[in-house]
Amino acid sequence: MKLSKLLATAAVALGMATGAMAEDKTKVGFVFVGPIGDGGWTYEHNKGRLAVEEEFGDKVETVFVESVPEGPDAERVMTQMALEGADLIFTTSFGYMDPTINVAAKFPNVKFEHATGYKRADNVSTYSARFYEGRAIQGHIAGKMTKSNIVGYIGSYPIPEVIRGINSAFIHARKVNPDVQFKIVWAYTWFDPAKEAEAAKVLIEQGADIILQHTDSTAPQAAAQEAGNVYTFGQASDMAEYGPKPRISSIIDDWAPYYIARTRAVMEGTWTSTDTWDGIGPGMVGIGEISSEVPADVKAEALALKDALAKGEYHPFTGPLNKQDGSAWLAAGETADDGTLLGMNFYVEGIEGTIPQ
Amino acid sequence: MLRLEKRPQPSRLWTYLTPVLAVVLTMLCGGVLFALLGKDPVLAIRTIFWEPLFSEFAFYYRPQLLVKGAPLVLIAIGLSLGFKAGIWNIGAEGQYIIGALCGAGVALAFYPLEAAFIFPLMVLAGGLGGWAWAMIPAILKVRFGTNEILVSLMLVYVAEQLLASMSLGLLKNPQGFGFPGSRNLQQYPSAHNAELLAGTGMHWGVVAALIAVIFAYVLLNRHMLGFHIRLTGDAPRAARFAGVSPTRLVLFCLGVSGALAGLAGLFEVAGPSGVVSIDFNAGYGFTAIIVAFLGRLHPVGILLAGGLMALTYVGGDIAQSKLGLPKAAIQLFQGMLLFFLLAVDLTTNYRIRARRKEAS
Repeated sequence: MKLSKLLATAAVALGMATGAMAEDKTKVGFVFVGPIGDGGWTYEHNKGRLAVEEEFGDKVETVFVESVPEGPDAERVMTQMALEGADLIFTTSFGYMDPTINVAAKFPNVKFEHATGYKRADNVSTYSARFYEGRAIQGHIAGKMTKSNIVGYIGSYPIPEVIRGINSAFIHARKVNPDVQFKIVWAYTWFDPAKEAEAAKVLIEQGADIILQHTDSTAPQAAAQEAGNVYTFGQASDMAEYGPKPRISSIIDDWAPYYIARTRAVMEGTWTSTDTWDGIGPGMVGIGEISSEVPADVKAEALALKDALAKGEYHPFTGPLNKQDGSAWLAAGETADDGTLLGMNFYVEGIEGTIPQ
Repeated sequence: MLRLEKRPQPSRLWTYLTPVLAVVLTMLCGGVLFALLGKDPVLAIRTIFWEPLFSEFAFYYRPQLLVKGAPLVLIAIGLSLGFKAGIWNIGAEGQYIIGALCGAGVALAFYPLEAAFIFPLMVLAGGLGGWAWAMIPAILKVRFGTNEILVSLMLVYVAEQLLASMSLGLLKNPQGFGFPGSRNLQQYPSAHNAELLAGTGMHWGVVAALIAVIFAYVLLNRHMLGFHIRLTGDAPRAARFAGVSPTRLVLFCLGVSGALAGLAGLFEVAGPSGVVSIDFNAGYGFTAIIVAFLGRLHPVGILLAGGLMALTYVGGDIAQSKLGLPKAAIQLFQGMLLFFLLAVDLTTNYRIRARRKEAS
């Protein structure tokens, strides 16, 4: 109790001090879970940070700390940023959820934005992207491109976000290729080039000629390149350096528009606690250049699918769809509601294997 | 030219001087590194070492040093006993995880019951869990002569898989919308390892670390077993003649280090961290190896080394956000500390002499 009081007083005092000293320079903090050079998840969040700097020039100051373990370290880093006068802090990993809520309670005047979580407060917003929309396009291309009819999928952890991606990719691969099979390997990591490369090699040995990944490093791309006739998709970041082959397209997380909008809201005093889950339409999910390896007609179909998703004309989870066990999930024309999607813990019909528990 | 000459006896003076020298050398080389990165080296070093202790916000950072340092000291004390006797437990990280899992498991089994016995039971479970995990390499070593370095290290990866499985399955928060991770023990008063005095960072883990330091000191200096440990490390043959049982020593050293690592994990999961999550372990078990050596395997030295290491973590994060130093540079800086310590260690056992003949 005493500490929080102290902290709050300090924060208020500091808020006034910085307000007096540097008129309207808004300080934005970023807490990153990986190194900014990971080429994937954190890399894109850092690009969002740089976009904020570019947009507002000397009206903002951004600070960041990278590779912050999820737990007490994260709490300390956030507190430190708040003490040093941050007005807005983006915490960019699911595991920062409780620390964010704890620190936010001590600094009611600082705004917090937590990525991919579900706990909010008056000064804590949450935001995430509908990556599964991008997975639909990947699934479509993968279904068309595979010759062995085996698609390898490197999962990170069996959590709803990842399962949603697998389902979405599978549904759309099956739609264009009824013979396609998915082989899923769980890497139990978000970022570990060695494990990811190993997973990719195992899948390739099992006959996969397309590798989809839900992990952040470029190691699977390198493994596919080595193998020769294997195609991949960039994850979180474009990974264009592996194009046109093996990387034939990618899902790009584009946080820049959101970060700029939220920073502006703090500057203008219009910030409120919100829950944002945006997809291709608002530009939070981008689809990387579809490479020359993909035939023109497949590319055209993929782009048409992207347009339909962007305009909201088509939902990746549209019935009729059954669950893996054959039980009915969505009736013809029915679309999945966000609640089911957020907590998705089942495979759709046709996927083999079980979700590890 | 310089020449090395073995000292008849390890130099006492240098034993105490080398850690200080290593820190100074690290600061110098780190300064050069930071300068090459285009940062003001003096400011960077000052930010890392001075800011957490004496800056405007030191009232917040000082308690954080305890929070960060306590698990390091607790684990390092356990490791140092084995290291002294030449028994290498490299798997404290795994024992730390298992301790946390066992302790948290007990708490979650009783949830939401509020009772005074829960926390002590968790402490017991945490210590036992770590002990049991360390017993695997210990028993394999005494029964089959396996290498405890390899076995204990490999068991870290097994423990990590177990941790992932637990956070996704058995210990998952039923109200967590399918997301991985357990309930937050901070919100379960009977299980919460809260600060004993608000705002001081003092939790049971810090107390345990201090008690461990005292116990280790007494054990090593006043107790027969401590003498056996030192003797085995210094002169294994002599130890055998003196009737020291290597089997008992292996079981004792691995057991104690495992139990202490398990306790560190338990205090962490019940306190500062609060949740069992996939990435719960943050490398304390490995960093504690550096702390043990930096502290010269001496209990008081370890206490100081733990504080220093915590300082570089807390200060390193401050330097990242205030000066934009990359994390890799901070890690390199911490790594240098061990590197220089081992390098300068040479002077404890060797004398450096100028070679006269080639002087001209």
